Amino acid sequence: MTNTDRERHRERETAFYLFTQQRLPACKPVLTPAWVITIFLFTGFIFIPVGLVTLRASRSVVEIVERYDTECVPEPFRIDKVSYVQDDSIPKNCSLSLKVRKYMKAPIYIYYQLDNYYQNHRRYVKSRSDRQLLHGWKYHATSSCQPVEFNNNQPIVPCGLIAWSLFNDTFTFIRERAELKVNRKNIAWKSDRDHKFGKTVYPFNFQNGTLIGGGKLNPRIPLSDQEDLIVWMRTSALPSFRKLYGRIEEDLDADDVVVVHLMNNYNTYGFGGKKKLVLSTSSWLGGKNDFLGLACVFVGSSSVILAIVFMLLHLKSRRPYGDPSYLPWNRKSFSG
Amino acid sequence: MARGRIRARLRRGHLYTFSCLRPSATEEGPHSIEGPGYSRIVHCNQPLMHKRRPLKYRSNYISTTKYNFATFLPKALYEQFHRVANLYFLGAAIVSVSPLSPFSAVSMIAPLAFVVGLSMAKEALEDWRRFMQDMKVNTRKVKVHKEEGLFGNKQWQQVQVGDVVKVEKDQFFPADLLLLSSSYEDGICYVETMNLDGETNLKVKRALEVTLPFDEDEAFKNFTGIIKCEDPNPNLYTFIGNFEYDHQVYALDPSQILLRDSKLRNTAFIYGIVIFTGHDSKVMQNATKSPSKRSRIERKMDYIIYVLFSVLLVISLVSSVGFAVRTKFYMPDWWYLQPQNTDDYYNPKKPVVSGVAHLVTALMLYGYLIPISLYVSIEVVKVLQASFINQDIQMYDEETGNPAQARTSNLNEELGQVDTILSDKTGTLTCNQMDFLKCSIAGTAYGVRPSEVELAAAQQMAIDLEDQDAERSTLPRQKGKQQEIELETVVTSKDEKDLKSPIKGFSFEDSRIMKGNWWKEPNVDVIMLSFRILAICHTAVPELNEETGSYTYEAESPDEGAFLVAAREFGFEFFKRTQSSVFIRERYSASGQPIDREFKLLNMLEFTSKRKRMTVIVRDEDGQILLLCKGADSIIFDRLSKNGRLYLEDTTRHLNEYGEAGLRTLALAYRKLEESEYSAWNNEFQKAKTSIGADRETMLEKVAEMMERDLILVGATAVEDKLQKGVPQCIDKLAQAGLKIWVLTGDKMETAINIGYSCSLLRQGMKQICITAISSDAKEVVKENILMQITNASQMIKLEKDPHAAFALIIEGKTLAYVLEDDMKQQFLGLAVDCASVICCRVSPKQKALVTRLVKEGTGKTTLAIGDGANDVGMIQEADIGVGISGVEGMQAVMASDFSVAQFRFLERLLVVHGHWCYKRIAQMVCYFFYKNIAFGLTLFYFEAFTGFSGQSVYDDWYMLLFNVVLTSLPVISLGVFEQDVSSEVCLQFPALYQQGPRNLFFDWYRILGWMGNGLYSSLIIFFLNIIIFYDQAFCAGGQTADMAALGTAMFTCIIWALNCQIALTMSHFTWIQHLLIWGSIVTWYLFLLVYGMVSPTISGNAYQILVEALAPAPIYWSATLLVTVACNLPYMAHISFQRCFHPLDHHIIQEIKYYRKDVEDDRMWCRERSKARQKTKIGFTARVDAKIRQLRGKLQRKQTSLETLSPITPSQCS
Repeated sequence: MTNTDRERHRERETAFYLFTQQRLPACKPVLTPAWVITIFLFTGFIFIPVGLVTLRASRSVVEIVERYDTECVPEPFRIDKVSYVQDDSIPKNCSLSLKVRKYMKAPIYIYYQLDNYYQNHRRYVKSRSDRQLLHGWKYHATSSCQPVEFNNNQPIVPCGLIAWSLFNDTFTFIRERAELKVNRKNIAWKSDRDHKFGKTVYPFNFQNGTLIGGGKLNPRIPLSDQEDLIVWMRTSALPSFRKLYGRIEEDLDADDVVVVHLMNNYNTYGFGGKKKLVLSTSSWLGGKNDFLGLACVFVGSSSVILAIVFMLLHLKSRRPYGDPSYLPWNRKSFSG
Repeated sequence: MARGRIRARLRRGHLYTFSCLRPSATEEGPHSIEGPGYSRIVHCNQPLMHKRRPLKYRSNYISTTKYNFATFLPKALYEQFHRVANLYFLGAAIVSVSPLSPFSAVSMIAPLAFVVGLSMAKEALEDWRRFMQDMKVNTRKVKVHKEEGLFGNKQWQQVQVGDVVKVEKDQFFPADLLLLSSSYEDGICYVETMNLDGETNLKVKRALEVTLPFDEDEAFKNFTGIIKCEDPNPNLYTFIGNFEYDHQVYALDPSQILLRDSKLRNTAFIYGIVIFTGHDSKVMQNATKSPSKRSRIERKMDYIIYVLFSVLLVISLVSSVGFAVRTKFYMPDWWYLQPQNTDDYYNPKKPVVSGVAHLVTALMLYGYLIPISLYVSIEVVKVLQASFINQDIQMYDEETGNPAQARTSNLNEELGQVDTILSDKTGTLTCNQMDFLKCSIAGTAYGVRPSEVELAAAQQMAIDLEDQDAERSTLPRQKGKQQEIELETVVTSKDEKDLKSPIKGFSFEDSRIMKGNWWKEPNVDVIMLSFRILAICHTAVPELNEETGSYTYEAESPDEGAFLVAAREFGFEFFKRTQSSVFIRERYSASGQPIDREFKLLNMLEFTSKRKRMTVIVRDEDGQILLLCKGADSIIFDRLSKNGRLYLEDTTRHLNEYGEAGLRTLALAYRKLEESEYSAWNNEFQKAKTSIGADRETMLEKVAEMMERDLILVGATAVEDKLQKGVPQCIDKLAQAGLKIWVLTGDKMETAINIGYSCSLLRQGMKQICITAISSDAKEVVKENILMQITNASQMIKLEKDPHAAFALIIEGKTLAYVLEDDMKQQFLGLAVDCASVICCRVSPKQKALVTRLVKEGTGKTTLAIGDGANDVGMIQEADIGVGISGVEGMQAVMASDFSVAQFRFLERLLVVHGHWCYKRIAQMVCYFFYKNIAFGLTLFYFEAFTGFSGQSVYDDWYMLLFNVVLTSLPVISLGVFEQDVSSEVCLQFPALYQQGPRNLFFDWYRILGWMGNGLYSSLIIFFLNIIIFYDQAFCAGGQTADMAALGTAMFTCIIWALNCQIALTMSHFTWIQHLLIWGSIVTWYLFLLVYGMVSPTISGNAYQILVEALAPAPIYWSATLLVTVACNLPYMAHISFQRCFHPLDHHIIQEIKYYRKDVEDDRMWCRERSKARQKTKIGFTARVDAKIRQLRGKLQRKQTSLETLSPITPSQCS
């Protein structure tokens, strides 16, 4: 054993000794007024700028929201929208015209928004099979997909309620008679496309039963390329949600009018859900979200206010910190 | 052996007047033994007879274990599922196998199995230790008669009723025995019953005359006999039975019975017949089942669990009703759920069934409100805390090599809440050793060595006076530093001095009378006489130490031993005792040569607690008859003659001083007798002695009384009862910490009171309230009388105006028996609580337990019982916390205890440091736990409202599983194990800090609800901020919106941050361990996400690559985390900083002093605060010193006002 070894050994022993005797060196911060005020002010000085920057980013986002679920049902059918939407013989074409108020820089994201749609219902969330999505119908243990598991004793790919209820409204955008180029690629997470949905898995026996849910899938395209499905399969957290439909890769100028031709296929009338079409630009922060900025400013300013209140109170009834006269046995009211 | 014979003969001689008269068997006939309760028949020396019913009695095997191999599993499981929470989790685990479960079954069963398994393993280990201890006792060896007069060794567990056993010196009796004969001719033997009743003096047992011949092995060849006696019962002091031998029936009484666990002393061997074995023996009958104790915090925790259960039930009901309503009215419209195709769990046509099924789901989903990991964490924390207690080097006793030991870890935090300490005396407070310290002879006080109390008082006075000087002269106080001597240092220096005086029992120092110098003093005659009284008036036997050539003494009480040692040191060496004479070697005679003198013993009137005096009548070598007497001062003073009061005034003064100094005193007196007077009295005395009948004792007393009068006072002695090391300081500190101390002792009242004095539980000027029972046959009368005494005393206390007045309650076991009855105990308790100290003497083990129970249940406060002997077992088990003193022979107390320490003084550190810490740690930890689980659990509930109450969780199963197990548990454990509000030194220096525990400042409902409110607030902030930030907008530049996985993960990140920052705010002590665990937990979360995101998506599902691809690149994720974390902790932060600023607690200020290093810069202030940091106490060393100072100051003030020269002294106070 060399000298340094021995020393190290001794060191370790003393460290262990200190540990067992509960005397390890420790930092013992005390909330002195200086610290308190510093911490509050510091919080304030962090949060107010952050909030303002966030707010600015959110304000820079331009967003157009258009509800179309009622407008897109022709007047005579509005009494019974459900039968309208379920009737295959009636064409579901519909046109909307959106006015662009502010310059929108590409990419402009197209979302569809559904309200009152419980994609987070436990029955719904559970009703999928990740293994089947990856491995195809070779994978049999799909009991989790109930009640959409088999049809005519044939497995369904993709199985489960989520896939079965796939959203199937379609949108085309026309500005000044020219169709806007809508990029519908790369709307899903890359990892989903690459690793979660099989490249060799093709839809099979899908929407073939008596009960037709939502959209159909092209059986010749592998699941990994069915990006609408992939987006849809990421169930939303709340009953009101937006999902990405595509991107417009051209700038829209203020006062442009965009005409949307849509196929109003999806049945939200049964449960009274709204359907909205959303066009939105995005900032570095994402979509339009004033709340985060406001909350930051609020927290920041309340912490500054706290600091000021504390400072004033402390100055008014100043308690010298570490003054033994405040020890209970030195106070008059103390009774032993 | 030879010495024993002499002693035996001595005992039989005419000298022993009171205690040693043998009641002959003919005096009272055999007991009439019949009827229920007296069915036991023992065939002596025929153990085979006891192999069959109905004579088959219990074996001598004892077991104190809770379980055995067969019962362990069911019993331990029952214990475990006795806990409500465990039962709930059991239910949850069972249901988790069904599809109702919102989680996978493993995530429910694994934690439960872990918790229960851990607890059961602990139980098993503890029981195994008990079992090993039992085995040690059961396999002890004893000599048993085999056959044909041959004895052989047998294990204790094989000893049977009817066996003849031979027990040798210093062995324990293996069972309850009937004494047949002993190595002494007259069949007496000495027994030490310390393990039974805590009394240290030896007791004499004597065999029946008829069995005396059986004192050899061979004699038992053909010995038979039949004992008919009472059935097993717990009464230690009674025994009724008959012994049939040789067609004669003899009555047996307790003096022939040797009890298990007592010890044979000073007797070479005895023979005895086994009557009661194993659990039938009296000591085992006295043993109470060791109860499983739970700490106050844990019991309160149950209530909190109930509250949380109610919350859980309410939100589950809300959920399931909501679910049923949704299912019935809305779900038929939700075509995407295929409502027409459902099973019963989601059937809109059967909403009630679905609702009920969903209730089960909801109960499990919100189960995070009930912290299952709380129990695991608490177990782990407590085990670690216990190991810190075990390893504390400052509670390690180097002499015996015993560390402190937390034998159960259940009660660590209870140590911080103790209100009353019930202490045994002998072996706990004292070492049962007396030191001769001072004496007063002929009105002159000798002995310069001060007692502890005097020393400390002097020092304290010096400091105070110096303070005042400084204040008056406003001079810089530079001298102060050196002169500030702590009580501790004073006392420890005293200890060092003790080491210098090697003579056991003698720490007297005075050159005036040491080494023969007393010859030069005036009143040589009186001095000589008083030394002779010390050397002659006793019952001890000298023993020559062959090695040193000096004599040691075997005395009945240690006082007597101390007197003899003192006399020896003064030059009056008692070296021989015969049947009728006492021999003394006087080293310093007139001639200068040692002279042996013989004093003929004429009569000896022994010491009893009733007489409180001892008298011998001797004839010296000149034929002069002398009566020498020593006794309690009041008794002696009443019996002085007119011309015997010469030194009365001075002696009284000295006695008061001694008493004040905490010493036990005796007065010495003598009387010269005329021959005629003596012989006349002696005739009377002999007549009384030989008289037969019940009033013999009274007659004897009366006659003795006639002689013990007209005494001449010569002086007084002061003996210091050697306390164990550090006991007064410890009691002082404990008193300063606001603890009440009761002493429960099996000893005599006088001894107990003296100990009270020497450990400062009593002091001069304290009003002593003695409650005694009048001797009357009618129980009603006695009780009425006692009740009156209690009421009077209570009245007296109420009317007392002086705030410094202190009262002491002293009560005897006999009285206690009445007082502890239901109709009186409340009054007694009321009185006792008002008294500063309570001393119960002559209490039986059962009474100790009863008193403990009375205090525990009557006051509702936490009690701690400390003791060292088997007689303390009951009390140790009954108290909320039992502490055993290890390092003494008997281990029973330790075995029954929850904690064991080697010495009483370690109790201070155990309570004030470890108790304080553990209490705060556990309290904070439990509060935090509830906070954490509420903050987490409620977010699940809020989310339900957005999912149609369907039971979907926003978090991945794995997050939930890890939440309690990995991500938030380690920081809590570090809080529970390492948190220190102040360092251990400060804890000891400021004992008043301890009161935070008994006042329960850290675990009252206010605080608990505050934490719960904080949890509620945090849950709201975490959930709604996240929801609003993430719900519909794109959360990153790629335009994607957040799905459930992203939202859940973001929310969970916020939870991890908020909770860990919260615990960091809660802590005040950060070693690298805390830093590692807290910040490590957060890092672990990210690491987990990373790893979890990398495993196959078939396992991680939507969490696949979530951190790398979705969340980490999104600035909104990070800013949301920051925002939520700060928003969660801001109110708490404001709360603690405002609280510290405007309502600081004790430890806050001390932390600040330490933080600003004021203690280093201004150590004068530090010292002053330390000396003030105590509860106003009326007992203990400091209180005593204070009282003395008050008294002296009063004197001083009177002097000053009369002189009016100096400005009045103001008491030194710092504002």
